Amino acid sequence: MTATREATPAREAGFDEVHILWISEGMSCDGDTVSVTACDQPSIEDVVTGVVPGLPTVHLHNKVLSPTLGGEEFLAPFRAAAEGELTPFILVIEGSIPNEKINGEGYWTSFGNDPQTGEPLTLNWWLDRLAPRAWATVAVGTCAAYGGIHAMAGNPTGSMGLADYLGWDYRSTGGLPIVNIPGCPVQPENFMETLTWVLYHAAGAAPPPPLDDQLRPQWLFGRTVHEGCDRAGYYEQGDFAADYNSPKCQVKIGCWGPVVNCNVPKRGWMRGVGGCPNVGGICIACTMPGFPDKFMPFMDMPPGASLSSVLIKPYGAFTRRLRGITNRTVNKEPKWRHNRDVLTSGYDPRYRR
Amino acid sequence: MTATDRAPAVEKPGQLIEMSWDPITRIVGNLGIYTKIDFPNQRVAECHSTSSLFRGYSVFMRGKDPRDAGFITSRICGICGDNHTTCSIYAQNMAYGIKTPPMAEWIINLGEAAEYIFDHTIFQDNLIFVDFCEAMVKDTNPSVLARAENTPAPHADVHGYRTIADIMRSFNPFEGETYKQALKVSRITREMFCLMEGRHVHPSTLYPGGVGTMPTPTLFTDYLSRLLQVLDFVKKSVALNDDVFDFFYEALPGYEEVGRRRVLLGCWGAFQDPAVVDYRYESMNAWGKAMYVTPGVVVDGRLVTTDLVDINLGMRILLGSSYYEDWVGEEPFVTHDPLGNPVDMRHPWNQTTLPAPGKRDFGDKYSWVMSPRWLHPETGEHLALDTGGGAYARLYTTALADIVDTPYVRSTGHSVQIHLPRSHQLPEQTLEWRIPLWSNAIERDRARVYFIAYACAMALYFLERAMAGLRRGDLKVFQDFEVPDAAIGVGFHEAVRGVLSHHLVIRDGMIANYHPYPPTPWNGSPRDRFGTPGPYEDAIQDMPLFEENGPDDFRGIDIMRAVRSFDPCLPCGVHMYLGGGRTLQQAHSPMFGASHG
Repeated sequence: MTATREATPAREAGFDEVHILWISEGMSCDGDTVSVTACDQPSIEDVVTGVVPGLPTVHLHNKVLSPTLGGEEFLAPFRAAAEGELTPFILVIEGSIPNEKINGEGYWTSFGNDPQTGEPLTLNWWLDRLAPRAWATVAVGTCAAYGGIHAMAGNPTGSMGLADYLGWDYRSTGGLPIVNIPGCPVQPENFMETLTWVLYHAAGAAPPPPLDDQLRPQWLFGRTVHEGCDRAGYYEQGDFAADYNSPKCQVKIGCWGPVVNCNVPKRGWMRGVGGCPNVGGICIACTMPGFPDKFMPFMDMPPGASLSSVLIKPYGAFTRRLRGITNRTVNKEPKWRHNRDVLTSGYDPRYRR
Repeated sequence: MTATDRAPAVEKPGQLIEMSWDPITRIVGNLGIYTKIDFPNQRVAECHSTSSLFRGYSVFMRGKDPRDAGFITSRICGICGDNHTTCSIYAQNMAYGIKTPPMAEWIINLGEAAEYIFDHTIFQDNLIFVDFCEAMVKDTNPSVLARAENTPAPHADVHGYRTIADIMRSFNPFEGETYKQALKVSRITREMFCLMEGRHVHPSTLYPGGVGTMPTPTLFTDYLSRLLQVLDFVKKSVALNDDVFDFFYEALPGYEEVGRRRVLLGCWGAFQDPAVVDYRYESMNAWGKAMYVTPGVVVDGRLVTTDLVDINLGMRILLGSSYYEDWVGEEPFVTHDPLGNPVDMRHPWNQTTLPAPGKRDFGDKYSWVMSPRWLHPETGEHLALDTGGGAYARLYTTALADIVDTPYVRSTGHSVQIHLPRSHQLPEQTLEWRIPLWSNAIERDRARVYFIAYACAMALYFLERAMAGLRRGDLKVFQDFEVPDAAIGVGFHEAVRGVLSHHLVIRDGMIANYHPYPPTPWNGSPRDRFGTPGPYEDAIQDMPLFEENGPDDFRGIDIMRAVRSFDPCLPCGVHMYLGGGRTLQQAHSPMFGASHG
């Protein structure tokens, strides 16, 4: 990989055109592709039709949205890239990477066929050829980033995330580590925002996107669900929902929000609408490397919450009582608002004396 | 062709050329279609459909807490995952012996209605209609486009496009007006969905026993105002679709044969009526019939049953061409249903999934999809039912059953009437979907847009019922429950693409067995052990071709229209590969019976 990087000419002015080679043939549900179509800040059509100023011309090759009829017509840019005949490209992987070493003569997933033998080509075959040539590599969704639901305990396919497969120290020809945008599915705006950052970087207009040690964009995943949750006020007052009929804090009925890096409650699901614990849906931690096994059974109280919810109780109950008193006071208008014959607001009409 | 009764056409000596499309684009998941094409006779001689993805939900769900099932199974699919969550909580409700509070049922119905409107819209206008857009038709049938330029659109007064070619241009990808508008509508409708189910596509607020969504005037007003924003688009879409599809019948005589197969349809019902549903197996027939989309099996235009118990007991999961070992030697989980009826070893309740990856061999095993069939109680046939992409079978069974009767949607015994109120630009409308002459590609596609209207109309009804409940102070949305040590459950629901069932077995308080059967395993199944092809294979095999391109620049548009009419969704089930429009291999061979080389 190092050799490839050194072989790449130094880039000064940035690229005018970029191909996005999107493979969703991992252990995936295509939910991240579908999710991305929900974003309109910016929308996928904004990026593809070039209306976002300063971005390179983007050629999107995604199975679900492809205008082609499929097959070789669709695979042509992927085959060209694998031969080193198409640069630069951003490789987007959706779905976890299965272990094809445990497979005998079979395959867990494939993407097109070997033209010579007619046998299926596995995702892993493509990764081995495309990842070393990619200008940037993006893992969309928790499956591609960390393995996700299909890497659950007891799974037959030995699935893993992209960094587990390529190595956490992988660098693309553009010098970037894998860019992980976790989420199950990815929050639409989180993906498009990160993609546009990478594209601004490709255009030479921005530095590389700032990533944390789990290779997530820092500005999106730097805070916890709880820190952005509008039900956190209930938590502070020790006021917890006993079941799902309640608008209060859900930590005792399964919410993992206090320890999960995700911005959904703060941001909403799309255009500010929807969410998770902010709208009554327990956080099952679907953006996290430990998802899902470290959070199941989902509807049970997280072990840590049993302690913290007990600790907060006396303080919370006391604070809630005091706030109740103040709340009753501030729910009353001042006494000078009336319709009597005399003004009692304290105004002194000196000029009338 | 086993499942269809068409007589083989009289052929010229066949020269078969292998053509395949793998992966197929503009669908969800991995699908490959492998054909042998007889160009001198303009027909498809043979077809195999294969999916090359296996993740193993039924394997890794074993031993997990049953309450997790809705959260996990949602991840089966990135476009209809909420259908799985819904179906899973239906199955869990049965197993736990609980009933969802009425307000929660209305909220789930509203969420699922928004899912239909969203999903059918994005699939119809942004995925399928690219096959009917100007750019594509110019490429595959230039003479048809020339004719379209001079054919006035009959419903121009509704949608505003003067000619058929103008409509086709509006569907050009990323540029056409309707294409771009549909993307926006798919967002507004997903916002509607998120209001009810938290987030798309994997819901956050759905639980066994109900929902966590707070019923407030704001919730329903926000949904209603968005629904009103899309009604004009929906009315125009029906008119646009009717114009284009009627034009194809007229411009290409015989086009009704594209994607045609015998009428073999399944629909498992959608939208529960909280006044009737109690989730008990024993009363499943009653509450199944009360659903606002009637469940049923239709064979050759006749409704065989509307009873979910019959539907359940008739399910058989066959192997034959799939990468699995058989489970007949395993111990059964459920020998009898709660009514005392025997349950077959090939039934999902008794299935054990034993993956056995192997090489792809079209003469033997070639797909990760199994072959679900429905055993006809009278004829003993294992029917390869299809769902017609979902909407087609839903409208068909609902029309025939003559049960649904609401102010907005009414079944007549031969049609479904859909009433939409006045919207910003267009007056009130009553649309009528009549049972078509054929089960083919065009009618599957046409039904989809009518079902969008159906879902909008039902959503208005559900809103009225929900707001009436709200005003009475009916705010309970969740019913508490205990997970039993041992129980069974089944959920029946209509995913967007059609039949969806979840079969659950609990032992020692944990999942002992869990088998989801979404629509695509039915539609995308390979040949079963009797040699019966799956519906895609059946619909494409022996299909006539109308494309003007010859073997050298053949794109396979008619085949693609046939397969996409089923709205394939392979994460839910199963992988077409065009040899670059080039021949992979030419062979002089007899018309039928040759295997892919």
